Amino acid sequence: MTALAVLTGHYLRTSFGSKVSLAFGAVQPFLFLVLFGPLFARSGVGSWAVLVPGLLVQLALTSAGMAGFGIVFDQRFGVLERLRVAPVSPVTLLLGRVLRDSLVLLVQAVAIIVAGYALGLRAPLPGVLAALLLMTVLSVGMASLSYAAALTMRQELFAPVMSTVVVPLMLLSGALLPMSLAPAWLDVVSRLTPFRYAVEGLRALFSGSYGASAVLWGVVVSLALAIGGLALGANRFRWEKA
Amino acid sequence: MIHVRGLTKTFGTAEAVRGIDVDVSAGEIVGFLGPNGAGKTTTLRMLTTLLRPTSGTATVAGADLFADPVAVRRRIGYVAQGGAFGPFTPVGDELVLQARLHGLSRAEARARVTSLLAALDLAGVEERTTVMLSGGQKRRLDIAMGLLHRPGLLFLDEPTTGLDPQSRANLWDHIRRLRERDGVTVFLTTHYLEEADALCDRILIIDHGRIVAEGTPDRLKAEHGARTLDEVFLAVTGRELREGAAA
Repeated sequence: MTALAVLTGHYLRTSFGSKVSLAFGAVQPFLFLVLFGPLFARSGVGSWAVLVPGLLVQLALTSAGMAGFGIVFDQRFGVLERLRVAPVSPVTLLLGRVLRDSLVLLVQAVAIIVAGYALGLRAPLPGVLAALLLMTVLSVGMASLSYAAALTMRQELFAPVMSTVVVPLMLLSGALLPMSLAPAWLDVVSRLTPFRYAVEGLRALFSGSYGASAVLWGVVVSLALAIGGLALGANRFRWEKA
Repeated sequence: MIHVRGLTKTFGTAEAVRGIDVDVSAGEIVGFLGPNGAGKTTTLRMLTTLLRPTSGTATVAGADLFADPVAVRRRIGYVAQGGAFGPFTPVGDELVLQARLHGLSRAEARARVTSLLAALDLAGVEERTTVMLSGGQKRRLDIAMGLLHRPGLLFLDEPTTGLDPQSRANLWDHIRRLRERDGVTVFLTTHYLEEADALCDRILIIDHGRIVAEGTPDRLKAEHGARTLDEVFLAVTGRELREGAAA
């Protein structure tokens, strides 16, 4: 427990030490909010309360999805190996990073929601808080998988592969336009990806429908992703199999 | 300190280490030599819990490598070939982090880092990153990283590669002092055989995954009628170039 707090604190200091990169992480969803949001809100498809949850999942996907990039450098410079010979469990080594990533994401998400309010978003506070919690669970899974990928594939492949993988996952989640508009085949494909359920869960929470089945599915799928991601990620932090 | 029997490591079909026995007593400085690709780093990575051996038994610093790798980690220091510091974080932060992962409180960790850096002629570098340090300073910093938790056994993988003669001589002094003052047992690899001759009590030579020679530098030289360890090394490992091997 102490080791986890020490690790998370160390990574948080590093991340929050660089305010520029912290702010930069939220630039993309912020641009969508300002330059795409007004169109969306007037399109008749849905309100800000439909768009903003989508942007939060997009943020979780892109930012937690690329989290593994940091470990590529740690691996190259021997930092990871040094941490592996410390008497700390693989899960702790992984969680220290993942908790940092989730907290950074949380700060960025709050900034997006506040900006959304300024533009016309209206959502009940309990729903927003529950949505942030759900997004955090989702980001734990996503970041863990990202580290697992970074520790599995060749270093130079990680950035191009992950930034490509994230695009279909994001489009299929319905983060930008709800999948209720999709033709049947696209709807089916979308249902095969986990982020669809997260987006719909977040939207239900933003609209105050706490009992909706979409919330339940969002929670179940996000938890499954988090548990699976942590198991896979921790496995990659163990003794090298190679 | 180290008792290894029949240790092997197979990567796919390639046998990197083919059943080695190693014994190192407390307080020894042992040189582990071999051509590129002979199995040196693979062995070191197994003994430091970084790589799971395929078979064999090993007790390292009094703990069973297979049953209790975490206890091994508590008692050993490992200084890898490529260093242990990223280029962006102040080195003091990294050292304090590592010390705290070994269970030291924040205050203890800071005090330990300050005294260790002073002992290694690195006083005051805490706020710097490695890009601002010389090769010799970086190497001593890596050694500091391995000593934070006062391990009784220190593994050094090619600690002096790429250093100028002054830095190497300085590093040897530090390694000798570790043994004399703190009783640390040292197991190191090197390609500089005059270094192994000057520094080590005992030499192990590994080739093709097997130990091919073992003894004090003087005994090895006498056995092979050689004037230098270089001659011994070439006599037992041959003159064939080992190109394309990276392990």
